[in-house]
Amino acid sequence: MTRRESYLDWNATAPLRPEAAAAIAAALDRCGNPSSVHRWGRAARQMVERAREAVAALIGADPQGVVFVSGGTEANHLALLGSGRERVLVSAVEHNSVLQAVPSAERIAVDANGIVDLARLDRQLAADTRPALVSVMLANNETGIIEPAGEIATIAHRHGALFHCDAVQAAGKIPVDIGAIGADLVSLSAHKLGGPPGIGALIVGGAADLRPMIRGGGQERGRRAGSENLPGIAGFAAAATAAAQGMADYDRVWQLRDKLEAAVAETAPEAVVIGAHVPRLPNTTALALPGVSAETQVIALDLDGVMVSAGAACSSGKVGPSHVLAAMGAPPEITTGTIRVSLGWTTTAAEIEHFLAAWTALYRRLYRPGAAARAA
Amino acid sequence: MSAVSPVMAQRPNALPIYLDNQSSTPLDPRVLEAMLPYFSEHFGNPHSESHVYGRNAMAAIETARGEVARLINADPREIVFTSGATESNNLALKGAAHFARAHPVAGGRARDHLITLTTEHKCVLESAATLEREGFAVTYLPVEPNGLVALDRLAAAITERTLFVSVMAAHNEIGVIQPLAEIGALCRARGVLLHTDAAQAFGKIALDVEAMRIDLMSISGHKIYGPKGVGALYIRRRPRVRLLPLIDGGGQERGLRSGTLPTPLCVGLGRAAALAAAEMGEEATRLRGLRDRLYGNLMRRVPDVQLNGDAEHRLPASLNLSFPGLTAPALIEACPMIAMSTGSACTSASVEPSYVLRALGLSEARANASIRLGLGRFTTAAEVDFAVDALSASVSRLRKQEKVTEARGIPTSG
Repeated sequence: MTRRESYLDWNATAPLRPEAAAAIAAALDRCGNPSSVHRWGRAARQMVERAREAVAALIGADPQGVVFVSGGTEANHLALLGSGRERVLVSAVEHNSVLQAVPSAERIAVDANGIVDLARLDRQLAADTRPALVSVMLANNETGIIEPAGEIATIAHRHGALFHCDAVQAAGKIPVDIGAIGADLVSLSAHKLGGPPGIGALIVGGAADLRPMIRGGGQERGRRAGSENLPGIAGFAAAATAAAQGMADYDRVWQLRDKLEAAVAETAPEAVVIGAHVPRLPNTTALALPGVSAETQVIALDLDGVMVSAGAACSSGKVGPSHVLAAMGAPPEITTGTIRVSLGWTTTAAEIEHFLAAWTALYRRLYRPGAAARAA
Repeated sequence: MSAVSPVMAQRPNALPIYLDNQSSTPLDPRVLEAMLPYFSEHFGNPHSESHVYGRNAMAAIETARGEVARLINADPREIVFTSGATESNNLALKGAAHFARAHPVAGGRARDHLITLTTEHKCVLESAATLEREGFAVTYLPVEPNGLVALDRLAAAITERTLFVSVMAAHNEIGVIQPLAEIGALCRARGVLLHTDAAQAFGKIALDVEAMRIDLMSISGHKIYGPKGVGALYIRRRPRVRLLPLIDGGGQERGLRSGTLPTPLCVGLGRAAALAAAEMGEEATRLRGLRDRLYGNLMRRVPDVQLNGDAEHRLPASLNLSFPGLTAPALIEACPMIAMSTGSACTSASVEPSYVLRALGLSEARANASIRLGLGRFTTAAEVDFAVDALSASVSRLRKQEKVTEARGIPTSG
């Protein structure tokens, strides 16, 4: 019997959609640099421009505003560093690729539910009149909590600031409309929505000007140099189209996720679902078992063939306390004891059952009433 | 054009012959085969160390890193994956300069001077220009008429303030190979770092970071029959070369390049490097033979063909030729069955004559009459013969037209 494996780490990366695989295969089969004048080059250029339209359509943007980059991290850097704004404000729960882009950026506080404190943002912006950029993600990668991006944009614009929205986790999971949000810049990543890794986009809406971060041959209308990643771009476009068409899949995902949370609550009243009472992505559960380290939980689940993560999948594999949960004012037993379970369009009820069986076993084995209080 | 060549008969789909391999190369099917599983069953995020999907992906990336390192005699830990050579060049130049400015040597002043060549790729020149605007001093050294840098000139340009020299290993437009070992020895003796943009050279000619004393080397995937969207930067560990990252975040690639690594692309670059390592010697001989056949037959059939760039120190598969009496865009238009270009793909859409050819001292007219021909792994002798037929017929027809136009006193287009 083969070992059962359940992949519940979709916020780290999603499997490639078949539509994207076909588009990549077709693009890999052809050669040509989109900047070359000859017909192979022109065919490649046409493919890039069609892809630009498909990616733009996912968030209702103008194709001219799409700048293809190497991924979400680069998109966030380009937004923050390329905006040319003297003052940068970022929420305390942003992804590291935003926090690290401008280490001196001012932090915008969030409340206990992880939602940006709008009144404080308003006061912060009023206190300093230098041209500013506000960067707040649409949905958080660790908790799935959805920020009131439209209201943030309105406040930012009232003070003459640009608004950048990292929609890497939200796009493809919930409808995103750049115009409805009022965002000036939006970051997207292909591999989070069923496209290939190594490609993403920064989408420029409105009049935001961009200073390039990577200079050279003047590709992407001077906003991002380097020969275009043609198969990546084609795969991204196909995935974006499929994601837009498959948005209804998330109704089913939502039901599975809610079933998971209900079952956990029944088994373990001590477990905490982060952001349970605010708008969240339909696929994400940040689940805390106070006093049991996230690393221990993740390893125990992995031994049972259930793949989840302890927050963001980044460099070192080291599991430290989550900066996202700390910013929400969570106590140490929560910031170090939370795992992320994230579902996707092929997740099955059997996989949720698999998770629940493994998690229940670890809960019975490892959870000690009162241990959390002692640890704290 | 002469009667339908046998090559034409073999090309029912009417695809042109691809002689633009400097711009991009087709993916080798063996590379594709290696990549495919990492698009599908091994799709995990390589940085998800908590489960086997992630660990399998990272293991494949580390194998690829070793394959890239081996081709240039480096340690795998000295290879950082990037989105391509443009990013690698930006990271090398800006990263080294910014680190030096942020960490001045105790007691001394920060090194704030860079040397590069006027014929470098746009992404090196643009990065240097950015640093210039930030207050760094940049010397843009001219090259000799053969495209090579004069070592005594380079030696004279190095000062106590010089941080690094950036010289392209092999040229994208004219194919000339710079004397890297000599440049490396000179830089090492003077305590200056050497960066080389090896996008065109990596996998085509032997490169050895130890023997050549190279400190930083930019590498591209899609120039060596690997995938687009991936490249690498070699960063010497001993003595250690320090850079500030361009892209920060999750801290991947030892903090030098954040962002989720694209597993299939890294695997493809690794496989492409391994294939190049195994086949480079024989392939170079084969390509040199084809190139000499192309050049020799053109010389015989077309009067007044001039080779741009040094004839000897040149990539095996690269030619840059002037056909005085016509313009390159007209020739490209007249030969739709050959995919070729006037120079760098990045700038080939513009009508300005190549700054590289002008730097060799070519007149504007001759620079405008120059095309770049690049053969590759999948180029055949039959294709070369077809190209000779098509080019020689088109050149003589265009030259005749040009003469008629001149005789009538109509200004020529250009």
